[in-house]
Amino acid sequence: MSEKAKSISSKKTSGQDERLKEVSKLRLLLNRPELGAVGGAILVFIFFGIVAGDTGMFSAYGTLNFLDVSANLGIIAIAAAMLMIGGEFDLSIGSMIGFAGICIAIPAIYWGWPLWISIIFAFAMAVLVGYFNGILVVKTGLPSFIVTLAMLFILRGATLAITRLITGRTQVPGLRVLIENDPIAWMFATDTFKWLFTWLGSMNLIALRTDGTPLATGIPPSVIWFIAATLFATWILMKTRYGNWIFASGGDKNGATNVGVPVGRVKISLFIGTAVAATIFATIQVLDAGSADTMRGNLKELEAIAAAVVGGCLLTGGYGSAIGAAFGALIFGTVSMGIFYTDVDTDWFKVFLGAMMLIAVVFNNYIRKRVTESK
Amino acid sequence: MSENLIEFNNISKFFGKVIALKDVTMKLKKGEIMCLLGDNGAGKSTLIKTLAGVHKPDEGEIVIEGKKTVFDSPKDALDMGIGTVYQDLALVPLMSVTRNFFMGREPLKGLPFLKTFDIEKANQIAAERMGQIGIDVRDPSQAVGTMSGGERQCLAISRAIYFGAKVLVLDEPTSALGVHQASMVLKYVVKAASQGLAVILITHNVHHAYPVGNSFTVLNRGKSLGTFNKKDISREELLGMMAGGEELDKLEVELEEMNRINN
Repeated sequence: MSEKAKSISSKKTSGQDERLKEVSKLRLLLNRPELGAVGGAILVFIFFGIVAGDTGMFSAYGTLNFLDVSANLGIIAIAAAMLMIGGEFDLSIGSMIGFAGICIAIPAIYWGWPLWISIIFAFAMAVLVGYFNGILVVKTGLPSFIVTLAMLFILRGATLAITRLITGRTQVPGLRVLIENDPIAWMFATDTFKWLFTWLGSMNLIALRTDGTPLATGIPPSVIWFIAATLFATWILMKTRYGNWIFASGGDKNGATNVGVPVGRVKISLFIGTAVAATIFATIQVLDAGSADTMRGNLKELEAIAAAVVGGCLLTGGYGSAIGAAFGALIFGTVSMGIFYTDVDTDWFKVFLGAMMLIAVVFNNYIRKRVTESK
Repeated sequence: MSENLIEFNNISKFFGKVIALKDVTMKLKKGEIMCLLGDNGAGKSTLIKTLAGVHKPDEGEIVIEGKKTVFDSPKDALDMGIGTVYQDLALVPLMSVTRNFFMGREPLKGLPFLKTFDIEKANQIAAERMGQIGIDVRDPSQAVGTMSGGERQCLAISRAIYFGAKVLVLDEPTSALGVHQASMVLKYVVKAASQGLAVILITHNVHHAYPVGNSFTVLNRGKSLGTFNKKDISREELLGMMAGGEELDKLEVELEEMNRINN
């Protein structure tokens, strides 16, 4: 701070702190972008609590089921949300999931690489794809919608072509035997808190199989990754300088550049983030299923964007939250699993989702206007 | 001579065959407000960008506190204490007052490799700074979009001062504002100058410039028509010079001609 700045600041106005306290906790809460998604999730739980409360949907097994689905989507939705806050889209997330899957499976099965090296290889490819997406968007100034739409086709096509060229098929099975004793694979394939579920089972608090082991064996890895990703992304957005740069890059690219924010680098790193998140998703799924499929992750990019939007992200960038995207994913996962427990024909699932999304977006839009525009 | 905080001596800037600026000279002391007046295309924008380090002058020299200086980049200009507030203000409406205030220059705290954005400190400074201007920021985490145009302008100026500006360059700070808002901004500009800053106020609005300026430089078609102290020139003379008085006279004659033909 310069001398002059100091002299200007020397005249402290009193009473500032009193005014700060006037803002109630409730109002602050009402102003958060994730309010719509949190409220929506509560409504969804109340709804299924009423119509499916006695069906086993909320048993340990049922809960873990819809949490697993939500968590998988949540991992990519959070990365998509951060990129959207930074002002860009990534439509290649779904194709990246398929691509990452075969990047793990082909080297591990056909080239004899250890599984952990294949996993690292897949993540390295993700960084490359993300960097390529990012640099293309930043350097050409083209809309990311177009650039990543092209990448959607390129990656999906390459996945199919390469897999068929090498294996003659579109699926690569046989991974399950490789997971054991692998130094990395456990991070994506191990249920945690097994002791808790065993104990709950022994106390007859949760449902058991006929052999006496609990039906729900532990928290699936996706849930742990999901929670970690939510916390990490929220910390970045709210508590770091890089987080402020993300908001600035998405809010006003030129303004941010003028005050010294490295907008290009921020955007490229966010594109790498979505590709890496897609690879986490792919690794969990491939190891869980024991096989890679070239069509895996199809349309996931749209679900991820939808979850981010339900979670309060603005399509034009500069506004949103990771917690919101997490709740958006939770709504999706809960509805998609919950509908099996109701009498409703599952054909109606997408209608329900679409309506849910519309309501959330209208509500979020209202909140955002209230918070960010002059009255 | 060294009592001048900043001097622009015979600055020229060419873009290919176009002469954007020719032999422009300006001198500013601490606490002085100089208004740079000119119509569209007079070279105001080029001059601002030269001041801000975006353009390098092709001829002439910039002298700051008696030392000849060359700006290689906008950052150089910033480091030398030239704080430029562009017309678009470089504010993000969706972001909070605090996050805007410290955008790109966030205060950090914590461990060396795990530094976090010190949001409490930032909030406190932002609220304090806005309080000094007399803007009631009840909550520094409120979005800038909720503020009026004048308040936003003041926030951008306040930010430039906080980050060490000695010379404030303000690009059309009142152009999009109503009378009340404009006077609020101008009041703040006068206050900043009284604290020892030199202010270059770029405008095409003589009515806003005349009450606050100590001296006036008029640009016309890339050339300076001279710098005048307030006591030496009237508002009307300035207006005439700026618009190219002859042109207005010519227009009047032409209009009369048209009226005669129509009747």
